[in-house]
Amino acid sequence: MRINCPVCGERDRREFYYVGDAVALDRPDRDAGLDAWDSYVHLRDNPAGLTRDLWHHEAGCGAWLVVTRNTGTHAVSDVVLAREVVR
Amino acid sequence: MRLCQVETVPFTFDGVTYRGVVGETLAAALIANGVKMVARSFKYHRPRGVMGSGSEEPNALVTIGRGAAAEPNVRATVQEVYSGLEAFSQNAWPSLKTDVMAVNDLVSPFLGAGFYYKTFMWPKAFWEKVYEPVIRRAAGLGGLSGKADPETYEKAFAFCDVLVIGAGPAGLMAALVAGEAGADVILAEEDSALGGRLLAEVEDIDGLPAMRWVADVEARLQAMPNVRVMTRTAVTGAYDQGTFGAFERVDRAGLKACFWRIVAKRSVLCAGALERGIAFPNNDRPGVMMAGAVRAYANRWDVATGTRVAVFGNTGDVARTARDLTDAGIEVVTLIDAAAGEHVIGTKGRHGLTSITVDRNGVVEQIEVDCLAVTGGWNPTVHLTCHMNGRPVWDDAIASFVPTPGAVPDMVTAGACHGVFHTMGCLLDGAQIAEAVVKTLGLKAKPVVLPDADATPYVITPVWSVAGKGRKWIDYQNDVHVKDIELAARENFRSVEHMKRYTTQGMAPDQGKSSNVVALAVLADVTGRGIPETGTTTFRPPFVPVPIAAMGAGGAGMGFAPQRYTTSHAASAAVGAPMIEAGLWYRPSYFPAEGETNWRQSCDREVNMVREAVGVVDVSTLGKIDIQGPDAAALLDFVYSNTFSTLKVGRARYGLMLREDGHVLDDGTTARLGENHYVMTTTTAASGLVMRHLEFVLQVLRPDLDARVISVTEQWAQFGVAGPKSRELLNGLLDQGVDELPFMGCADVTVGGVRARLFRISFSGEMAFELAVPARFGADLYGALVDRAAALGGGPYGMEALNVLRIEKGFITHAEIHGRVTAFDIGLDRIVSLKKDCVGQAMSRRAGLLGGDRAQLVGLKPVGDVKQLSAGAHLFESDAEPVRVNGQGYITSVGFSPTLGVMLALGFLDRGRARHGEVIRMVDHMRGLDAQVEVCDPVFFDPEGGRVRG
Ligand SMILES: [Zn+2]
Repeated sequence: MRINCPVCGERDRREFYYVGDAVALDRPDRDAGLDAWDSYVHLRDNPAGLTRDLWHHEAGCGAWLVVTRNTGTHAVSDVVLAREVVR
Repeated sequence: MRLCQVETVPFTFDGVTYRGVVGETLAAALIANGVKMVARSFKYHRPRGVMGSGSEEPNALVTIGRGAAAEPNVRATVQEVYSGLEAFSQNAWPSLKTDVMAVNDLVSPFLGAGFYYKTFMWPKAFWEKVYEPVIRRAAGLGGLSGKADPETYEKAFAFCDVLVIGAGPAGLMAALVAGEAGADVILAEEDSALGGRLLAEVEDIDGLPAMRWVADVEARLQAMPNVRVMTRTAVTGAYDQGTFGAFERVDRAGLKACFWRIVAKRSVLCAGALERGIAFPNNDRPGVMMAGAVRAYANRWDVATGTRVAVFGNTGDVARTARDLTDAGIEVVTLIDAAAGEHVIGTKGRHGLTSITVDRNGVVEQIEVDCLAVTGGWNPTVHLTCHMNGRPVWDDAIASFVPTPGAVPDMVTAGACHGVFHTMGCLLDGAQIAEAVVKTLGLKAKPVVLPDADATPYVITPVWSVAGKGRKWIDYQNDVHVKDIELAARENFRSVEHMKRYTTQGMAPDQGKSSNVVALAVLADVTGRGIPETGTTTFRPPFVPVPIAAMGAGGAGMGFAPQRYTTSHAASAAVGAPMIEAGLWYRPSYFPAEGETNWRQSCDREVNMVREAVGVVDVSTLGKIDIQGPDAAALLDFVYSNTFSTLKVGRARYGLMLREDGHVLDDGTTARLGENHYVMTTTTAASGLVMRHLEFVLQVLRPDLDARVISVTEQWAQFGVAGPKSRELLNGLLDQGVDELPFMGCADVTVGGVRARLFRISFSGEMAFELAVPARFGADLYGALVDRAAALGGGPYGMEALNVLRIEKGFITHAEIHGRVTAFDIGLDRIVSLKKDCVGQAMSRRAGLLGGDRAQLVGLKPVGDVKQLSAGAHLFESDAEPVRVNGQGYITSVGFSPTLGVMLALGFLDRGRARHGEVIRMVDHMRGLDAQVEVCDPVFFDPEGGRVRG
C-alpha cells in the first residue's frame, strides 16, 4: 500500500503509523456528556466500502493525514492533511 | 540421450556423478543421462519422472546442496546445472529404487481421499504423538535441515510505468512497443532466457528461425535505457495499487536470491499458458510426459526423452510433436488421436515406461515405447489476474478459463494467457495491448511493423479422462486420481473448494498448475454440472514458491531489529556490563566488580553505593522532546493532567499524561528552560508514542496553539548522578557550583566550556542530578563522571540497581502504568486538574474509574516463611483459596532491597490504600510460590523525602 502524502509525495505504507477512524478529529467539549465521549472514544463503524482513517507520516514529515480508502478494494481515493480538515 | 555433442561439467544426483551442460535445467541433464526416475510420489511413493519443462513441474522436486545450505523442493525443471551441483531425490528411503514406503501403494485402496481424516480421528491424544509424526514421515516432500540458512538473500524495490510479465512473443512485443513509446518498462521473465514458448518450438518469424527474432528484440530492448530486462524473475503476486512481488533466482556472487517489490503504474500480463494432461490409467509412470515438454527437451536442450516415442492428445500439438521429434531423429512409434476417440488405456514398466495399451475405437493393442508425450490442451496462465479476488471465465473455444478483464486494476493481459494460442496472434495482441496501455499514460506508440509468424488456428476437442481400469492420476504432486474426486463428490464435497480440501488436489508447491482444470472438469462431470458452473478454486500468491528467507532477507539474527546505543555503550561494554534491551535500546544491566559471581551481588553493591556515596547512570534513552512557542505552556496544560503554565522558569515538575479514555498514558518530568521553552522527558518505552500524541494534539485537536515540538532524544546525552556525594562530584566538574540549585530546579551550565543542562531531579530518592550535554560530548562526560564517582567511593550503576532504588521509593514505571490503570489507581488523582481541559479529563471522571473496588497501588513485603516475591503473582485474602474468582490483585514489580534487607514488591490490590497493615497471600502459580505478605505504603524508604532534599 502506498499513500500520497500531500507534503512528501507517494510513499510506502511502512513510513506511516495507522491509528483508526478519523472520527478522532471531532473531539467533544469536555462537558458534552459521557454519551458523546463514549461515542468519540469507543464507537466505530466497520464499513464495507469507504472509510476515513488517520495515518501519521511518522518516518516522514510528521503530518497527520486523513486517508479515504475502500475497505473492499483497498483503493485509496483521497489523502489530505488532518489540519486542513479540522480548520 | 543427447542429440548433439556438447561441452559438459560434472554434477551429482543421489551421489552418482553425471555430466551436464552449464545453464541447462537439471531435468534436461538427468534425461540426457538416461535418469528416468527422479522422485517418489507424495503419498503412495510411486516412481515418478520428469513431467514438464517449467516451474509448474509436479514430480521432479529435488533437494539442492547438503547440510545447512540444503534447499528442498527445488524443481529440477528450473534449477540450472553448474559444475559441482549436488542434487538429491526426496521422499524415498533408503533409495529411489528400493523405497520401503512404496508399500503404501500396495495398500492404496485404503489410502484414498479423506483417509487420514477418517482413520486417525480417535483417540484424540494419539493424533499429535503417534499418527501425525508417522504420517509426516511417510507422506511428504523434502525436509528442511533445521539449521540456520547460511545463504545470503536480498530484498529490493523497483518502480516503473509498465511492468510486462512474461517474455514470450506477446511480452516481447508489448515491452518493445511500450519501451519505444518512452515508457519506463520492466520486463520480468521467469526463465533464464527470453522467448517463452519460442524457446521450445520450431517456428519461423519473418522466414527466419523464431529465436533470431527473439535475439533481435532482446538487443533492441537492452539498448533502451528506459527498459529493464529481468530474467530468472518470477512475478509471484499482484497486490494493491499496482504492487507486485517478484522472486529473482540469482545464485551467483554469494547471493542466492532476491525478493522484489515492483510498483507499476500499468501492467501487461503475458504469462502464456500451461499444458494440461489427460487422465488415463497409470498415466504417472516415468516416461509419460507433457508433449510440450518433450518438444522443449528436443528443440531447446537437444535432449531426447526416449528412443521410441508415442504421442497422445487432442490438438494439433500431436502432429507438431511428431514432426519435431522426427526432424530431430527420434523415432515416433505411433500417434493416438484423442479427438478421434483413440485412447491410451494402460501403461507398463516398473521404474519407467516400457509399453502402452491403446484402444482405437475398440481395437486394442500393446505398443512398446519408452516415452509417451501427452497433451490435453493448454490453460491460459490466469493466476495473477485472480490475486485480488478475480475469478476467470470459461471460454468454450479453447475449452479453458480466460482472465476476467479488469480483475486487477490497471492490469491487462495479452497473448496465450489472454486465450490467443498462435504466435502471430500473440505478436499482434502484445503490440495492440501495449499501444493502448501507453496511451493511458499519455504516451504515443510508434508505428509497429508486425513480423510474419505462424497463425495455425488452435482446435481442441476436450478430453479429460478416458475409460479403463486403474488409477488415472490428475494431481501428481499430491497423488490425487479420478476416483478420489468421485469419492469426494459422492460424500457430498461437491463444491470445488470442498473437493480441494478433501482430496488435497491443487495444494503443495505446484498449487495444481497442471491439474486444476482437469480436476474440476472431472468434478463437473460426476456432479452433472457444467465446468463454468463448477468454477475454480481461489488462486493465491505466490505463483511460484518463495523461500521465507528471501521475503525476510536481512531480518535474520541481529538484522531483525535496529540497535540503538547510548554514548556510554562502549565504556559499559568495556567493563563487561551485560546489556538488557529496552525497546531498541541496549542498556547496562549491572557492572560486575572483581570477585562478584552473580548479578545480585553487583546489584546490591550498586544500590548501597548510591544510598551511601554516589552512582552514575546513563538515562539518555528516556524520550526528550523540545517544546517551543508562545503557546508551549498551553500545550502542556492540555496534554498533562496537571498544570505547567504556572511552572517557573528554571524549575521542573512531574507530569502525568492521560489517554483520551481517562487511563494513564505516560509520565515524566518537564522543565521550563525559558518563558516559551520547555523540555519534556518521557519514559523510554513511550517516547515515540508521546511524540505522535503531541503532533496529533497540535495538528488536529488544538491547531489554535502556536507551538512546535521536536524529538531531541538522540541529540542530548543525559546522565543521572545520584547519592549523598552527588553534589561533591559535580562541584569542580561543572564550571559553576551546584549548591544553589534547589530540588526540582534546572539551570543552563557549562562543563569545560561545553553548554550543558543540569536538572536536580531524582528517581532514586537520593540527592540527585541529571546532567545533559550534546550527544557528541556524551562519551567524554560519562568517563569524567565515572572517574570522579570512583574517587568518592562510587561508580556506575545499571538497570537492576536503578529498578531496586525506584521500588524502594515506590516510583512507578510502565510495569505499573501498563495501560489499564487510572490516576486514581496510582494515587495521583489529586493532580488531575479540573480547572482546565486536558486530554482524558472528561473520561477520567467516569464513576467506574474513580473509587469503588478498584485495585490501588500498594507496597508489599513478605512476613511469613517464604521470602521470595515475584512479578505477575496474584493476591488473595490470607486464608482464601488461590483461584481466579478470589483474586484481589497482582504484583507488578519486585526487587530485593539491600537497604531494608528484604524483598519488596509493588502491586495493585482491591481497595489497597485502605488495607495497609493487612496480611494477605501472594501466589505465583507458574513458579509455585505461595507467600504471606503485608500490605504497606508503596514508599518503603525515606517516606518523608528528607534525603532527596539534602
Ligand atoms: Zn509526509
